[in-house]
Amino acid sequence: MEYLANEMKMEFLALSSNEGFARVAVGAFLAELNPTVDELADVKTAVSEAVTNCIIHGYEQKEGSIWIQCRIEGQQMEISVIDTGKGIRDIEKAREPLFTTKPELERSGMGFAFMEAFMDEVEVVSKPWEGTCVTMRKTIGKA
Amino acid sequence: MEHNYEKEYGCLMLKMPRELDHYAAEFLKEEADALLLKYPVRSLVFDFSDTEFMDSSGIGVIIGRCKNVRFSGGYVKAVRLNEQIQRIFQLSGLKKIIEVE
Repeated sequence: MEYLANEMKMEFLALSSNEGFARVAVGAFLAELNPTVDELADVKTAVSEAVTNCIIHGYEQKEGSIWIQCRIEGQQMEISVIDTGKGIRDIEKAREPLFTTKPELERSGMGFAFMEAFMDEVEVVSKPWEGTCVTMRKTIGKA
Repeated sequence: MEHNYEKEYGCLMLKMPRELDHYAAEFLKEEADALLLKYPVRSLVFDFSDTEFMDSSGIGVIIGRCKNVRFSGGYVKAVRLNEQIQRIFQLSGLKKIIEVE
């Protein structure tokens, strides 16, 4: 298999109407790795969760920008979803399945659990009132 | 966004959107609640035949509607899930909460 190294960055407004755009754009960028239908669906779901978190929690549905950086190296890919919103005080707690700070919005608390289930590795770096960076890694074509 | 629905014999069949993310979930929530208020049906069916994508936002909407319908003694079911949506149901434990056909 040909060895690929590629990178892309994008910035968009923290609007829920951009969630679809974000996951489709990342999916399109990954196309050269020839992911299976399932792998592509996994990545799209993980991206959707991360972007939704930025909008609902990071910016609390107010104005803001979201950045996505995507790197491909061989069959490995790394996606970072970044916001400069309010940050996460207790990352460990936030990652617990079913934990949510917004039950009134009918959030299921499964966002991070889905990212972890669909990607190989999820890393969260956050500082209150500075923002959050979620980095997810996955090897495509493992099976 | 317009969603389709069908109502007969005390059953409300709600057509789920093609992509059920946070954006679509907000519309769906509103529409479903308005319909349930207008037609106090005994059973609510989520029809996933057009749905290709769903994330955790969809789970919140379904659980929320389940609670409302069951509170008044109603019955909830999800039908025509593709493989991807079935995985989401399985992983989230939604399969244990709602009947899937």
